[in-house]
Amino acid sequence: MSSTGILSRLKSSASGPAMQQIIALAALVVLYGFFAIFGNHFLSADTFLSMLSSSYYIGFLAIGMTFVIITGGIDLSSGTVMVGAALVGGVAYNVWHFPIALALLMVILTGVVFGVGNGVLIGILGLPPFIATLGMQFVSLGLCAVVAKVQTQTYPSLGTPSGVFKSIIYKWGAVPMGAVWLALFFVIAWFLLTRTKLGRYTYAIGSNEEAVTLSGVQVSYWKVWVYVLNGFFCGLAGVIYAATFSSITPQTGNGQEMYAIAAAVIGGTSLAGGIGSLWGTIIGVFVISVLKTGLLSMQLPVQWQQVLIGVVVILAVLLDVVRTRRLNRT
Amino acid sequence: MEGISKSFPGVQALKSARFELRAGEVHALVGENGAGKSTLVKIMTGIYPDYGGTYEYQGKPVAFRSIGDAQRAGISIVHQELNMMSDLTVAQNIFIGRESSSFRISDRDLNRRAQALIDEFEIGVDPRTLLRDLSVGKAQMVEIARAMSFAETQVLILDEPSAALSEGETIELLAKVDQMRARGVSVVYISHRMNEIMQVADRVTVLRDGDYVDTLKTASCTVDDIIKRMVGREIDNSQKQSSDVPADAEVVLRARGLTSSAVRDVSFELRRGEILGFAGLVGAGRTETMQILCGADPWGTGEIEVHGMPMHFTHPKQAISAGIAYLSEDRKRYGLVLNLSVTDNTVLASYDKLSTGWVVRQAECRKAAERYVAALRTKTPSVNQIVKNLSGGNQQKVVLAKWLLRDVEILIFDEPTRGIDIGARAEIYDMMRGLIAEGKSIILVSSDLTEILHLSDRVIVMCEGRVTGELDIADATQLKVMELATQHQAKNSKE
Repeated sequence: MSSTGILSRLKSSASGPAMQQIIALAALVVLYGFFAIFGNHFLSADTFLSMLSSSYYIGFLAIGMTFVIITGGIDLSSGTVMVGAALVGGVAYNVWHFPIALALLMVILTGVVFGVGNGVLIGILGLPPFIATLGMQFVSLGLCAVVAKVQTQTYPSLGTPSGVFKSIIYKWGAVPMGAVWLALFFVIAWFLLTRTKLGRYTYAIGSNEEAVTLSGVQVSYWKVWVYVLNGFFCGLAGVIYAATFSSITPQTGNGQEMYAIAAAVIGGTSLAGGIGSLWGTIIGVFVISVLKTGLLSMQLPVQWQQVLIGVVVILAVLLDVVRTRRLNRT
Repeated sequence: MEGISKSFPGVQALKSARFELRAGEVHALVGENGAGKSTLVKIMTGIYPDYGGTYEYQGKPVAFRSIGDAQRAGISIVHQELNMMSDLTVAQNIFIGRESSSFRISDRDLNRRAQALIDEFEIGVDPRTLLRDLSVGKAQMVEIARAMSFAETQVLILDEPSAALSEGETIELLAKVDQMRARGVSVVYISHRMNEIMQVADRVTVLRDGDYVDTLKTASCTVDDIIKRMVGREIDNSQKQSSDVPADAEVVLRARGLTSSAVRDVSFELRRGEILGFAGLVGAGRTETMQILCGADPWGTGEIEVHGMPMHFTHPKQAISAGIAYLSEDRKRYGLVLNLSVTDNTVLASYDKLSTGWVVRQAECRKAAERYVAALRTKTPSVNQIVKNLSGGNQQKVVLAKWLLRDVEILIFDEPTRGIDIGARAEIYDMMRGLIAEGKSIILVSSDLTEILHLSDRVIVMCEGRVTGELDIADATQLKVMELATQHQAKNSKE
């Protein structure tokens, strides 16, 4: 039963989304192999760990972004919301003297609030996602800096009692905890996307919004939820960001959303909406991490990372274009 | 439904429409485009909750606020444009919006329920198939099954269900409609195709310009009765008696041995002031022949002479400079930029005449567009109107205006009246006759034999990529054309 299911799925998806995931996975393996041979100490545990940890916050952003892109939308604000949320949490801890747990909750809450904002603008007021989230990018960039009075916020370091929260990204025994958290939320997101109404309508809206409306589904309601969920994941990314970098500079974070979009696209999520998977996205996230750390291990200037990530994204979108063209022809 | 009215900003879509549906009948709703059929059914199904008049359902006045209200009351609709999600599976499409009462969805459960429905309606698809992998006909069947799957659907509304279907699929569809009637379901059937209506419907209600005209029993009326009420006047569809083209008229276009992957060795001549009809079944290679003529098929070979000058087209631009314009059968896709105005569309092919360097002379463009709106009697509030908002017939006029402004001599009309209602059709015929009176020449590709015989001076019949006959209009009959159009098939079946 299951074997025929997999077979037929493979067959039916020879031109479909799964194909792009396979290609992305193959690219990941090839890149990894390439750096293993040509990189300096690329195969060391340290490199592997730093590769993993550089994928955490991008991973959370990309999970939320995948939902948004499958509805046919885009979120240009998730990078600045992530850093902004971390900044607000820092203010809560340093200035308002919140306990660290409550401060971290503030980070997530800030992400959710911006998610609600995007959801209302796009779902209820009907703004195009590109414009709404471009606006929100500037709002979050500025507003969070104002809250922080343009002061850099520093989170407690690992040795202090409050610094214990940082263990979320460090090893617990031999287990890298960041990967565990990412995996946990990946499973939750995967369940939401494939086994619930929210997920079903996410695909349906991206595929044919008009038809969903005419089926008696309240599209605006579900769109708001998609953006709120995305905001929640931006908040989670903010927590990880705070744990990773400790000191948060105001008015930064723009550009990070591009890595999230790139990861989703590399993993086969179609910018036209309706098509995509979280598996693909996570592969995309790792492709980007491998590129980042791998090029570093080859002692190439950091700018080459950007060039190569750009090339990979263009190749991925090219695949998407070719695929869409073929789908439309039939 | 009694005295139904509905207006949109600037348009009164319905003035006083009336519609009565009996239990277990198939009731056709007809009218020209813009007569208000779609608006009426949208009121019936709660999509437009605000309207004038009274609406009773099962003897009680109702006021549906949403499509969900109507569905719960037992009224379902299959929309004109297939409204399905191509990236979801059949089962996911059928149950969209009512997957389960809880937040969680089980695809296994959906597939099981969908399979039961598919078996019941004998559709023969796998519920796990992606919708984009189905043929249009199958997708239509799935949508009907979806409409019927609402608890106790008693009224099924089909809005132009056969528009995109092949002949075989249409037969299957009509059988499904019969099946529904046998179950006691009332069906509202909207269509332009009279033979389908006569075949499947019990009664017909005719709307015209948002008003109720009449309700007829199909058993005791003719197609002409219905058409007369639709357009409010007689329509002449008779065959042209004889050619008006003098035998010594100049040959403006000569094609010899046109060959491509779809056609073989097609030769013909077109004379000044002539309408040359191209008849044949779908897939006979007529459109492909025209694509060679207008340079859209760079791999086509053969000789083309325009005014005796040998030509070779590898790009539509060259054909247009030679004075040949092709009006595609899919005007929304190839003929118009739907989101631009009447002016912009009219001047689209003529910017080199209407600009200085890169700067467009706006006022002249506008004047040109206004000139053609007046000449072709295009119904539009202004030349600034977005083309998308015009009716099919008026869109066709804008396409024509574009080529007339470009001053072409040879116009190739490919299915010029597809999806255009009967009244506007007559107007387009008049326009074409006006064009040849001015000395232009026309090639008419049409699958509608009545149309071919009504307009053409000569008829060329194609079958399976070859020319199988050429008839002068005086000798042409429907029977002769059909014989030539099916020649190969007849031969094949004999073998």
